[in-house]
Amino acid sequence: MDFATAITILIDGLVFSSYLFLVSVGLTIIFGVMKILNVAHGSFYAWGAYTSAYLIGIWSNSGLPDAGTFLMIAVAALLVGVVLGLFLERCLIQFMYGRDEVIIVLATFATFLILEDLILVVFGVDPYFAYQPMMVLGSTQIGGIMRDVYSLTLIGLAAVVGLILWVGLTKTKWGRLLTAVIHDREISVAMGIDVTKVFILTFVLGAVLGALGGAYVAPTVSVAPGFGIDVIVLSFAVVVIGGMGSIPGAIIGALIVGIARAIAVHKLPEVELFVVYGVMVAVLVFRPEGLFAPAKARKI
Amino acid sequence: MNGLSGADAMKRGLFMSFANTLRAAGVATAAVIAAGATLSSPAWAKDTLTVAIPAFLSGPAAGPFGVPARNGAEMVIDAINSGSLPAPYNTIGFAGATLEAEFVDESGGNTKQVAEYRNLVQKRNVDLVIGYVSSGSCAALAPVVEELQTLTIFAVCGTPRIFEEAPRRYSFRTMSHATADAVAAAHYIKDMFPEIKTYTGVNQNYAWGQDSWRDFELSMTQLMPDSKASENLQFPKIFAGQYGSEISALSLDPSELVHSSFWDGDLEGFIFQATPRGLFQQKKVIFTVGGTAAYRLGKRLPDGLIIGARGPYGILVRDRETELNTWFINTYKDRYGTYPSGPAYQYGQGVLAAKIAYDKAAAAAGGFPTQDQVIDAFTGMEFESFSTTVKMANGAGHQAITENVYGISKWNDETAEAGVTDVKFYPAECVMPPEGASSVEWIEGGMKGAKC
Amino acid sequence: MDMKRDWTLPGLTVGFALIAVVGTLVLPDWLMALTVNSFSRALAVLGLMVLWRCGLVSFGHALYYGLGAYVVALLGKDWGISEVLITLPAAALLSGLVGFGIGFIMRRYREIFFAMLSLAFSMVMYGILVKTEALGSTDGFSIEQPSFMGWTPEDATEKLHTIFLMLCFICWAVAALVHRYLQSTLGNLTRAIRDNEIRVEYLGISAQHAVHIKYVMSAALAGLGGAMLAISLGQVDPDSMVNWPVSGELVFVTILSGPGSVVAPFIGSVLFELIRTYAFEWVPGAWQLIVGATLLVIIFFLPGGVWSLISRAIGKREDL
Repeated sequence: MDFATAITILIDGLVFSSYLFLVSVGLTIIFGVMKILNVAHGSFYAWGAYTSAYLIGIWSNSGLPDAGTFLMIAVAALLVGVVLGLFLERCLIQFMYGRDEVIIVLATFATFLILEDLILVVFGVDPYFAYQPMMVLGSTQIGGIMRDVYSLTLIGLAAVVGLILWVGLTKTKWGRLLTAVIHDREISVAMGIDVTKVFILTFVLGAVLGALGGAYVAPTVSVAPGFGIDVIVLSFAVVVIGGMGSIPGAIIGALIVGIARAIAVHKLPEVELFVVYGVMVAVLVFRPEGLFAPAKARKI
Repeated sequence: MNGLSGADAMKRGLFMSFANTLRAAGVATAAVIAAGATLSSPAWAKDTLTVAIPAFLSGPAAGPFGVPARNGAEMVIDAINSGSLPAPYNTIGFAGATLEAEFVDESGGNTKQVAEYRNLVQKRNVDLVIGYVSSGSCAALAPVVEELQTLTIFAVCGTPRIFEEAPRRYSFRTMSHATADAVAAAHYIKDMFPEIKTYTGVNQNYAWGQDSWRDFELSMTQLMPDSKASENLQFPKIFAGQYGSEISALSLDPSELVHSSFWDGDLEGFIFQATPRGLFQQKKVIFTVGGTAAYRLGKRLPDGLIIGARGPYGILVRDRETELNTWFINTYKDRYGTYPSGPAYQYGQGVLAAKIAYDKAAAAAGGFPTQDQVIDAFTGMEFESFSTTVKMANGAGHQAITENVYGISKWNDETAEAGVTDVKFYPAECVMPPEGASSVEWIEGGMKGAKC
Repeated sequence: MDMKRDWTLPGLTVGFALIAVVGTLVLPDWLMALTVNSFSRALAVLGLMVLWRCGLVSFGHALYYGLGAYVVALLGKDWGISEVLITLPAAALLSGLVGFGIGFIMRRYREIFFAMLSLAFSMVMYGILVKTEALGSTDGFSIEQPSFMGWTPEDATEKLHTIFLMLCFICWAVAALVHRYLQSTLGNLTRAIRDNEIRVEYLGISAQHAVHIKYVMSAALAGLGGAMLAISLGQVDPDSMVNWPVSGELVFVTILSGPGSVVAPFIGSVLFELIRTYAFEWVPGAWQLIVGATLLVIIFFLPGGVWSLISRAIGKREDL
C-alpha cells in the first residue's frame, strides 16, 4: 500500500468515525443513564437534518453571507434537541418510568413511526439541499486527492464534543451526579439526587447530540424522507461494539467501524457493507457486553 | 417438541380429506361462477376504469422519481378524461371509459409490494395497473401479475430479466430496459471520447446497479476493445447517502472514466459530495440516469457531465418540436412549474400506451373490449408517443424498444436553465437486442444485427 | 391458580374449524389473503408471547422470521423442492437450530440487554442478505410455486384456499401445543422467572435452561411463520422480512394481542393487518403515523392488549 492510499484511508476512516461517534454518542448517553434504547434517536437525527437544511435555505435566500449558515446548523441542533427532546420526555417518557424497559423501547418505536410521517407532513417529500456551508469552506489537497474541508471539520467537531462530554462527566459536580445515577439509581435517590431532573437533562442532551449529527451532515447529502432509518441501526451497531452506555466505548466503536469500512472500500469493496455487522458479530461472540461496558451482574 | 403421535397423524389425515372435500366444493363453486361470468362477459360498455398508479411517494426516491412520475401520469390521465390530448389521441377515455386514478406508494420493500399488489387487484378491484419505478418491484411482481391475471404496464423499471426469463401475458413494459442505456452509453463514449482507455464504476448494490454495470462493461469490451475496466469497483448499498470513501477510492483510481447508474436521492447526494472534491474536473463521469438531476440541481449540476435519461425523455428531448412533445412540455410546465423530467415522460407514455391499446381493441371488437382483447391489441403494437416512437417489438410483443440518447450537461447563462450539448441519438435497433435474444448473450456475441 | 375449567383447547378447536369452514365458503380472496398473512405473523407472535411471559422481549425475531422465509425460497431455488411437507418443517427446524446456537449467548441476558442483543444478531443476518448477490441482495427473489403432498394448485384461488386451510390446521395444532406447554411445570415457570429467578433456581431448575428452551421454541415458531408468509406471498427480500422494523412490528403485534392467551396473537394479528391495510388505503402518506399512534394507545390504555378486553367481556380473570 503506497503512502497516498494509506493517508486517504486514514482520513476517510476518521471522517466516517467522527460521523458515527456524533450520531451514536447521544444514544449511548441516554442508554447509560436511563436504560432506554431510544429508537426515536433516528427521528432526532432526521429532524435535525431537515431543520438545518431548511434554516440554511432561508438564511441563504435572504442574502445573508453564507458563512452564517454554520450558525443555522447550531440553531437547528439546539432547537430540535431541546424542543423535541423536552416534549418527548415530558409528554411520553416520564409517564413510563417504572414500567418495563422494553415497553419504553416500544413507545419510542411508536414515536419514531409517528415522527417519520410528520416529517412528510411538515417538509414534504422533495429532498432538501443545503450545500452552502460546504461551498464556503472550499477544498484542499491531501495525499494527492481533493478533499472538501467541511467533511474534515467533522473530525474536529467530534473531538470537541467528545472532550466536552469527558470534562463534563469527570470534572464537574453534574457529571459526578450523572455517574452516580448510572451506577445505582436507587442509592442515588436515597442520597438525595433529583433523578427526575437528571433524566430530563440527559434526555435533552442526547436529543441535542442526535440532532447535531443530522444538522451537521445535512449540507453534504440530499435530505430526503427515510433519512433516519439506517442511522438507528448504524449508531446502534457502534454502541453495541463499544459497550452499551459507555462514552469511551462509543469512541472506540466508531473508530473501529469507521476505519474498517474505509479499508474495505479501498481494498476490498465487496465486503464494504458487511464490515459494520461483521465487526459487531465478532464482538458479540467474544465479548457480548461490548468492548468497554463492564460485565454487569444480573440483578435479582 | 416431541414427534407427532398417532392421534395427531390421524387428525392430519382427516384434515387432508376435509381439505380436499372443501377444496372440491370451492373449485366447483368457482367453476359455476366463472361459467356465469363467461356467459355474460362479452363487452358490456364500461363508464369508468380504475387505474392504480404505483410510484415512490415516500422515501428518498419520492422527490426525484415518484413525484414527477405521478405528475406525468396525472396530467395525461386528466387530458385523456377530457379528450384534450393532441390528435390523433383526442378521444375521451380508454375506449370511451373515463379513468379513475389511484396513486399508491411503491416504497417499503418488494414483499410488501407483492402484498399491496394483491390488495389492489383483489380488494380494491382495479382494472389495470400502470407504474413501478424500481427494478426490484417489477422482478418481484412479474410472476404475481401472471397469477392474478390483471393487465399491468411497467412504466420505468429497468432490469432486462422480466421478459427474458419467462414469457408473460399480462404484463408489458413501455420503455427500453437497462441494456439500451448501457449499449448507448458505450456508443456515446466511443463517438465522443475515443481516446479513453480505462474506466471504473460506482453503482448501487442491487439488480439495477449490477445489471447496468455488467452490460456497460460488456458493451465497452465489444465497442472499445482497447479499453480496460478497473478492478476496484464500488457497489454501495442503495440509499447509503454518504459516499466520502467511495469518492476517495474513485479519485485514487487511475481510470479516466467513471460509469454510474445512480438515481433517486443517491445521485444528487453523490454529485454534491463529489463536486468540491474535484472528481468532475479530474475525470469524465457518465450518469446513465443523470437527466432527473438536471432540472432539480439547476446551476449546481456541474458542466461537462455525460448524462442520459434512460431514453429520449426529459432534458434530452426538450428541443424536439413535435406537436405531442410541445404539448407535453407546455402543459406540464404550466401545471407543475418545472420542465418534465424522465419519469414524467415515462409514466405518461405508459398511460398513453394503454389508451391506444384500449381504443385499438375497441375498434376491432366493435364495443368495449375485454381484457384479453386489449392484451392482444397491445401485443406488438407500434405508436407515436410524446417524445419518440415506441415499438412493442421484444419479449413476444410485450417489451418496448425505443431509441436512446446521451448528451453533455451545460448550464445556459442566458436563459438561466440547465441544458445539454452534443446530444446524440441511437436508434432502437442499435441499442436493444433483437427479439428473442438475451441481452448478455447478444452483447457478448458482438451485438449481431444491430442497426446503428 | 385459576381453578376454573380451562376452555382454551375446545375453544381453539371449534374456533379454527369454524374459521376454516366459514372462511372457505364466504371470505373474498383479499380477506382470505389478509387472514393468511395475519395467521403467519401470529405464529411468530405466539413465540414472542412465550418469551414475553417470562419478561423477555426480543427485538430481533425478524432474524428467524426471515430465515424461515429464505429457507423455503432457497429450497425451491437451489434444490427444486417446493413440497410444503418438506419446506415448512425444514424452515422451522433450521430456525430452531440457529436459535439453539444463539440461545447459548442470549440466555445469559435479561431485560433491555436481551432485546438489544437479539436486535444485533438480526442485523447481522440482514447485512449478510443485503450483501449476497446470489440471494438477490436488496431485491430478494421469487419463490417457486408450492406443492402440497405432491399436488400443485392450478390457479391463484386454489392455491390461496389450500394455504388457508393448511394454515388453519397448523395454527390450531401449534396453539394447542403451546397452550399445553404453558400449562406444564416447565411452562408455568415463565411467570416465576419473571418474578424471581433465584426462587426458580431453589426449585432445582436452571432459569437459563428454561429461557433457552423458550428461546428455541420462539425461534422455530418465527421460522414457521416466516416460511408460511413466504409461501403465500411468493417473494422474499431483506427489507420486508429481516430488517429491524419487521422485528418491531412483531413485538408491536405481541403487545397489541396481549399475553393472556394463546388465542390472542391470532386476533391481534388480524386486527393489525386490518389497521395497516385500511391506513395504507385511506391515508397512504401517513399510515405509519396511524400504526404508531395505535401502539401508543395500547401501551398506555390497554396494557393487557386486546385480549384483556375479550377476557373481561367473557368474565375471565386476567391472566397476566
